[in-house]
Amino acid sequence: MSSIPEDNKYAKSHEYAHAESDVATIGITDYAQAQLGDVVFVELPQVGTQLDANEELGSIESVKAVSELFAPVSGEVVEINEALNDNPALVNTDPYGDGWMIRIRMSDPTELDELMNAEEYEEYIEKEEGH
Amino acid sequence: MADETLKKTPLNELHKSLGGKMVDFGGWELPVQYSGILDEHEAVRTRGGVFDVSHMGELTVRGPQALELLQRSTCNDVAKLEDGRAHYNGLLYPTGGFVDDILIYRIANDDYFVVVNASNTDKDYEWLAEQAKSFDVEVNNVSTQYAQLAVQGPDAERVLQSLTDVPLASIKYYRFAQGNVDGAPAIVSRTGYTGEDGFEVYLAPEHAPRLLQKLVDAGVKPCGLGARDTLRLEAKMALYGNDIDHTTTPIEADLGWIVKIEKGDFAGRDVLEREKAEGPRRKLVGFEMVDRGIARHGYPIVNGSEEVGVVTSGTHSPTLKKAIGLAYLPLDQSAQGTEFTVLIRGKETRARVIPTPFYKRAK
Repeated sequence: MSSIPEDNKYAKSHEYAHAESDVATIGITDYAQAQLGDVVFVELPQVGTQLDANEELGSIESVKAVSELFAPVSGEVVEINEALNDNPALVNTDPYGDGWMIRIRMSDPTELDELMNAEEYEEYIEKEEGH
Repeated sequence: MADETLKKTPLNELHKSLGGKMVDFGGWELPVQYSGILDEHEAVRTRGGVFDVSHMGELTVRGPQALELLQRSTCNDVAKLEDGRAHYNGLLYPTGGFVDDILIYRIANDDYFVVVNASNTDKDYEWLAEQAKSFDVEVNNVSTQYAQLAVQGPDAERVLQSLTDVPLASIKYYRFAQGNVDGAPAIVSRTGYTGEDGFEVYLAPEHAPRLLQKLVDAGVKPCGLGARDTLRLEAKMALYGNDIDHTTTPIEADLGWIVKIEKGDFAGRDVLEREKAEGPRRKLVGFEMVDRGIARHGYPIVNGSEEVGVVTSGTHSPTLKKAIGLAYLPLDQSAQGTEFTVLIRGKETRARVIPTPFYKRAK
């Protein structure tokens, strides 16, 4: 099992949230990108969009299939990763780094407490693999 | 992923040990990818790749009236085949719709080897066996007696030649020879489903794992169903169940080149003759996306609130690095350059009809 960063929180739909003060950087986990395969297209919301937790924020497409992306926390989109337009494969090569997707200014940072920590997420994906 | 109900090819264990990511493909457990679809796709376009297509079905049609049965059941002219030659053909219903799209290999005048889509094997066998009742001919389903490996790409001939005495250079496109490959009796044809040069090798299941391992050891990349789909789509080769089925005719599917009205009577002939003369109601065309997005199988094509067509295949083209696809459009809206609207998960997205094949290899 590849290492799961300790300083992120994780959603059941395999997005991570990395919070610094009230801004959370959102992307998908290394496990999720490996399941998807080669990412060829990422559709992200516009800066300024208001998102509720668990609301669809965009979509990600591998060669074979399309998957929806969900906001792990509520707030306003303050930045999107424009580099993914030209190089969506960054999601595969560096999901926790250059493959990040959006930054959200959180309206309620306590929502982070409802997400899984690294240890819980690791158990979660082991269970998902199992069946 | 260990589903006991799935059918397995003789290469199942080897796929897993080579790192194949196994999926359920129409009831068969097969690798969708090994190293990644883009990597495997590029390997086939530039070097060489090998696919396990042992799930494909094989039928034999033998007897004094083998030719008559095949002529009456299909739209291409089987009488034009000579020994050692194969062709692409449509097994048709009287409606003109496809029972299946198939390859027919002529071994002798009274002996044909028919290769069919995996999921259609039983249906095709039953259909042909039923038609065969009025002919002096025997149809057999021999699918379990054959594994099939497709070795595709510019390196295919060189690498496969290192494992066989069959003179591959003398096998021209859509011809075949019988001989030993890696010591096992095989049928070798210069055919494929990728748009590259290459061969398809039919051999007994017990010999297939050793051959696959030797091809991989010789530098041919193991490839999965994902790359097989992107490669065939770039080359605009139809996929049964996506682009063609019992509701679509070869004329609608832009496969008029396999419809030989002049060969005499055959199932669906009157329908196809009329469509050839008057034009079909709809036509399968190639398209590229104008707006950002990927239009996939089943996405509706709309004109205002009216649904006028449907996307049958769509993907990101690894070679062309853009979104492409195939779609049925009304004949009068199918000209090259025509723009149309696809609903991508409800969102209106523009696409444009372009020439096909999307990719053609340099000769």
